[in-house]
Amino acid sequence: MSFPGNRGWQASVRRGRPYRWRPLWLVLVPVTAILFQVYLPLFIRYFTYLELPLLVTVYFSLKRGRPAQGVLYGASIGLVQDSLSSNPLGMFGIVKTLVGYFSASVSLRFDVDNILVRFLLGLFFFFFHQFFYWVLARALLGQSLEFVIGQTLLFGLMNAAVAVPLFHLLDKLN
Amino acid sequence: MPAMDLLLSRYRNLTVLLIAVIAQLLLLAYQVRGRQEARLIRVWAVTGVMPLARLLESVRATTTGLVRDYVAVLGAREQSRRLTADVARLKLENQYLKNELATAERARALEAFQTRSPSKTIAARIIGTGSGANSKVVFVDRGSASGVARGMAVITEDGIVGKVVAAYPTASQVVLITDPTFAVGVISQNSRIHGTLKGQGHSVCMVDHVQNEEKVGIGEWFFTSGDDRVFPKGLPVGRAKIARQGKFVQEIYLVPSGLERGLEEVLVVLEGVHQAIPESPQAPQPLKLLDPPPPEVSADAEPAPARRGPETDADRLSERYRRVGSAQGHVFGEGLPGTRPPDFNLNPASPPTKAPVGAPPKP
Repeated sequence: MSFPGNRGWQASVRRGRPYRWRPLWLVLVPVTAILFQVYLPLFIRYFTYLELPLLVTVYFSLKRGRPAQGVLYGASIGLVQDSLSSNPLGMFGIVKTLVGYFSASVSLRFDVDNILVRFLLGLFFFFFHQFFYWVLARALLGQSLEFVIGQTLLFGLMNAAVAVPLFHLLDKLN
Repeated sequence: MPAMDLLLSRYRNLTVLLIAVIAQLLLLAYQVRGRQEARLIRVWAVTGVMPLARLLESVRATTTGLVRDYVAVLGAREQSRRLTADVARLKLENQYLKNELATAERARALEAFQTRSPSKTIAARIIGTGSGANSKVVFVDRGSASGVARGMAVITEDGIVGKVVAAYPTASQVVLITDPTFAVGVISQNSRIHGTLKGQGHSVCMVDHVQNEEKVGIGEWFFTSGDDRVFPKGLPVGRAKIARQGKFVQEIYLVPSGLERGLEEVLVVLEGVHQAIPESPQAPQPLKLLDPPPPEVSADAEPAPARRGPETDADRLSERYRRVGSAQGHVFGEGLPGTRPPDFNLNPASPPTKAPVGAPPKP
């Protein structure tokens, strides 16, 4: 299997001409990701740690390359995710808003079609997502959550490993 | 205002980010401080996602059911195949056990016959047949090491089987009674007619050298006569299946009784003892008859009419000869040829006739 792009870590060729996505995919893909996240853990417990909505947020933000759109996209996905959780609305929303913003900003400086870049971005944003969620939960909700770096890195690697073929599949959908 | 426009246009992305974050922070604060929920957003999300989850679950349940049913069918097929194999194996085992049982019964019957027979015999098992399509030769598992010698008779409890034509240390070759080269002296059970039984190469043997004048019935038993010095006298050979007049001698074919039930175990006669030929191979079963019915007695029954005199010419002639003989003291059937016959011209006295009851006496 060969993935598109291997042209180096920088010099995005898409700068100035963002991807055009069909509106149907823009809705269907995140809904499917959320659906899988709430459904698959019923049968396989470890899928709880697979943050498909996060990966979709990162992908669309990277591809669009516009932080404002990444913010809105991340906020929307996060709020839906909050709606299906027991948390107050806004926890995942704020975190994914930040993820959308920063991933879109990163896409302006890196070649996001590179497999290694995608892997590293997947790992980084998972860690970022979990860390900020932990911070917000402690700071805003007063929850005493535990943040285990090793475990977070391990699950980050798992999400990064899933991100590479997932991004490739989403490339094919475009 | 121009400064505000510049700020928004230059830091548009950052502005959007701040607005989004602050809005959500306010939303959070609203929920946390007021302990109230933004229910509308949750309703929208749940209403949008859960039907899809239900559809997904339905598809999964159906697929799982289909797969489970398919696996069950596969299991049933495998189970059916295994049961079929078990049935086939049990059939084979059953057949094997039946054969073993039949073999045991034959061995027991042979042992009983061996004990009952006055001849000294040794049991042997058929272990092979001779080569050749028309060959009626078998090999038994007893040889010279067991005392078997060439020329010894081979029998079963049903009749003779053949004779040993070659004895090897561990096996012997036996030519069967049906072999074309086989011959044995036989004698019929009822009329004691001697003949020579010869093999024909198939299941029926021929009895030769029986004259046409001799009377042999279908089904009559033949026994060994002992004339050949191989088979002891009195061993059953078989029953006549066909007995008809031939050109010079009778054509008698019989079915060897020793081969009727197949061959597995046989007896080799080491020392033969002649026996008497039985009167009948099967003793007549006593026939139980009921007592005769009592005579019917009725009030108006007429007595049986008294025997009247001769009614036919033959009766009258027989009566006349009897009176002639008694008058002259002659007994019919005892006179030798040439002796004087009775004088049939004499008129013997008529026997006194009984007067009818109630008739007046003659003066």
